Amino acid sequence: MKPNTKPAPGKTSGSAFRSRIRFALIALIVIVVYYWSIQGVRFEGIQGTAGTVSKSILQGFLHPDWSFVYIPEGEDLLRGLLDTLVISILGTVIAAVVCIPFAFCASTNMSRGLAVSGSGKILLSVIRVFPEIIVAILFIKAVGPGSFAGVLALGIHSVGMLGKLYSETIENIDRGPQEALIASGANRLQVLRYAVLPQVIPQFLSYSLYRFEINIRSATTLGLVGAGGIGTPLIFALQVRNWNRVGIILLGIIALVVVTDLVSGWIRKRIT
Amino acid sequence: MKTTVSPASPNPAAPGMEAPRKYKQIAGWIVLVAMIVACSIRTEATPYQLIVGLPQMGSLLQDMFPPDWSYLPTIWGPMMETLQIAILGTTLGALLAVPVALLCASNLGISRWVSLPTRMVLNLVRTIPDLLFAAIFVAVFGIGPFAGMLALVFFSFGIIAKLTFEAIEAIDPGPLEAMSAVGANRLQIIMYGVVPQALPYFMSYLLYTFEVNVRAAAVLGLVGAGGIGLLLDRSLGLFRYDRAAIIILLTLAIVLVIDYGSTMIRRKLL
Amino acid sequence: MAVLFPIADGGKQASAFETMTESWFAMIEFDNVTKIYDNGTVGLRNINLTIREGELVVIVGLSGAGKSTFLRSINRLTDISSGDIRVNGQSVTRASGSQLRRIRRDIGMIFQIFNLVKRSTVIRNVLSGRVGYHSTLRTLLGWFPKQDVELSLDALQRVNIREKAYVRSDQLSSGQQQRVSIARALAQEARVILADEPVASLDPLTTRQVMEDLKRINRDMNITTVINLHFIDLAREYATRIIGLRAGEVVFDGTPEEATDEAFAEIYGRPVQQDELLGGA
Repeated sequence: MKPNTKPAPGKTSGSAFRSRIRFALIALIVIVVYYWSIQGVRFEGIQGTAGTVSKSILQGFLHPDWSFVYIPEGEDLLRGLLDTLVISILGTVIAAVVCIPFAFCASTNMSRGLAVSGSGKILLSVIRVFPEIIVAILFIKAVGPGSFAGVLALGIHSVGMLGKLYSETIENIDRGPQEALIASGANRLQVLRYAVLPQVIPQFLSYSLYRFEINIRSATTLGLVGAGGIGTPLIFALQVRNWNRVGIILLGIIALVVVTDLVSGWIRKRIT
Repeated sequence: MKTTVSPASPNPAAPGMEAPRKYKQIAGWIVLVAMIVACSIRTEATPYQLIVGLPQMGSLLQDMFPPDWSYLPTIWGPMMETLQIAILGTTLGALLAVPVALLCASNLGISRWVSLPTRMVLNLVRTIPDLLFAAIFVAVFGIGPFAGMLALVFFSFGIIAKLTFEAIEAIDPGPLEAMSAVGANRLQIIMYGVVPQALPYFMSYLLYTFEVNVRAAAVLGLVGAGGIGLLLDRSLGLFRYDRAAIIILLTLAIVLVIDYGSTMIRRKLL
Repeated sequence: MAVLFPIADGGKQASAFETMTESWFAMIEFDNVTKIYDNGTVGLRNINLTIREGELVVIVGLSGAGKSTFLRSINRLTDISSGDIRVNGQSVTRASGSQLRRIRRDIGMIFQIFNLVKRSTVIRNVLSGRVGYHSTLRTLLGWFPKQDVELSLDALQRVNIREKAYVRSDQLSSGQQQRVSIARALAQEARVILADEPVASLDPLTTRQVMEDLKRINRDMNITTVINLHFIDLAREYATRIIGLRAGEVVFDGTPEEATDEAFAEIYGRPVQQDELLGGA
């Protein structure tokens, strides 16, 4: 990582000494940080109940509540998983489209001047900094609990994440085709359509699918705060310590994630 | 891709002569649009709803500003606790990830009977959301930061192990060959051939996971696993949105600082 | 200065009579053109010349002599500092916005690195040369009229790669990709073709094929062609007129017969080197 330069003969002590001091300083900081962290997260000691609780958790997971998988009239596992899937799809699709103008704004080679691209990048950073759950909570207060809040939360957070990835893609394209199109008399929009878009769209799709895989996982947690999907029955089951139900839900989540990962991976391989 | 004609071709056998059939493309678009519409209906996610909800969001934002600055000293402690959870969780997770990543990599001469099942277990661990880990550990170990830290250990372990083993598989095999040529055993090959190449990537992934974990740790408290999340939940429950606002602002500030520092360090690493 | 007996009509073999009464139509005019870069380097110094319709002009000179600057100022990919450049009677220097685009539409450009969109099909790349002819909306939707598609396929036929029309561009060899760029210029129905080191990235055999294509198009369709080359023997073999640049100035302007080795030594400021000859192929 740090290049190991041999110091010139006359200066043996100078830079070697300095880099050793720097190393010692970093080591000291790291040690202090860890000491501070460890004494902050005190190990309370294994609770008396820990043993019994672990056993009942294990029992619950080994005997999942299969009856929860399908309940004709009400909330069941399949509906919950479907909702989670739907929330992720919609959230990702909306984000993938909405973030395009932001991404172009934030790219240094597409915007006129550093001020525009700089503020674009800052805007995307601000959006990215909000943890999804917090955004979900805010949207729940606004549009009520349920899937819609989840879609909005996922969508907005993904705009920030995808926007950054998209703008990096845009900044890395080959300038040649753009020049060729300008030379043949195309206007700005036509240059975008024929020289820029064909180069970036496959990569955009790939990133969007990758984001979709992450979003499926986030969508399961969003339900924990009431934003729809499988998280809501999950939090209920957790609160009443119904480990059998937690078990079946966990199995359902694993199944959903594995399947979507496989499908998404297959599609991604087809487009590149 | 809508060329409107495919002319009569003298040699229809050559692949480049004719325009490809458009049916697959059109079918693909129809499926996509249908899926989106179906999803919108299911989630009742319509622009109308959003517009209707906007004034409520507006009143929410009004309640949040001005943030309750006097609450700051109270939340500082839990905020630090959040950081501590993130630091320890990431570190322990990373330490656990090292041997597992080495076991998963296919180019280190490890039998497929070991690497494939390890990868499967790793994928399994990665499908479980961090909040679920946290909730389970809270049940076992009680409310508090320890449960949160454990949850992050598993969460980080999953991310770092996957990224690292992919990095290991992408290293230059040259130094490895050189090491076995001088007669090194497996461990020595790893120390001198793999580690120097993979270490910068590993550190980079560690820092990236740390960034993710700071955000995650902030909300773990919602299930009782310590950190600032508990206070957030309480403030929201009491409708003290101004307090929620200061919590969110502080979280944002810390996340921004950490993101910035981490990106700088990562840039110097690679 | 423009004399108006245009002979040009695409596709006909030039008859002996027509070559005798070669048109004096001034296609490209440089009027006291100077280009000074921001860092003070002089790219072009007081260039005054006229290129007539139908000529195949080869520009030679050392790297940095101003060949690219000269070529790219014709379609204003590079702006000039003073003077005027006219193409087909219209001032490129003073043209703005849509006027400039219309002028560029009639000028086809071929680059050393082809500048094709690698992931797009050949036909798509060629069609993109037509965008200047249609409204923005139409081109954004990709609705090219049937005639455009026919035109593009014809252009591909002219450079002998019609059978690759629907293949992805990055699956072609370099020589084929360069022919696609030529087809793109033809699809533009350009009256001028500018080629910036079109063969520098190609092997000797493909180089000859591409140069043959350019010469044939110039002759059959009477398209004014200006080519930057650094291979001297190619220049002598294919040009109807050779212009030598040195330090931004025209130091030679004559026929290939007049371009002796001594003349080239003048242009380069030193004797000709081995790597400036393509050699037999």
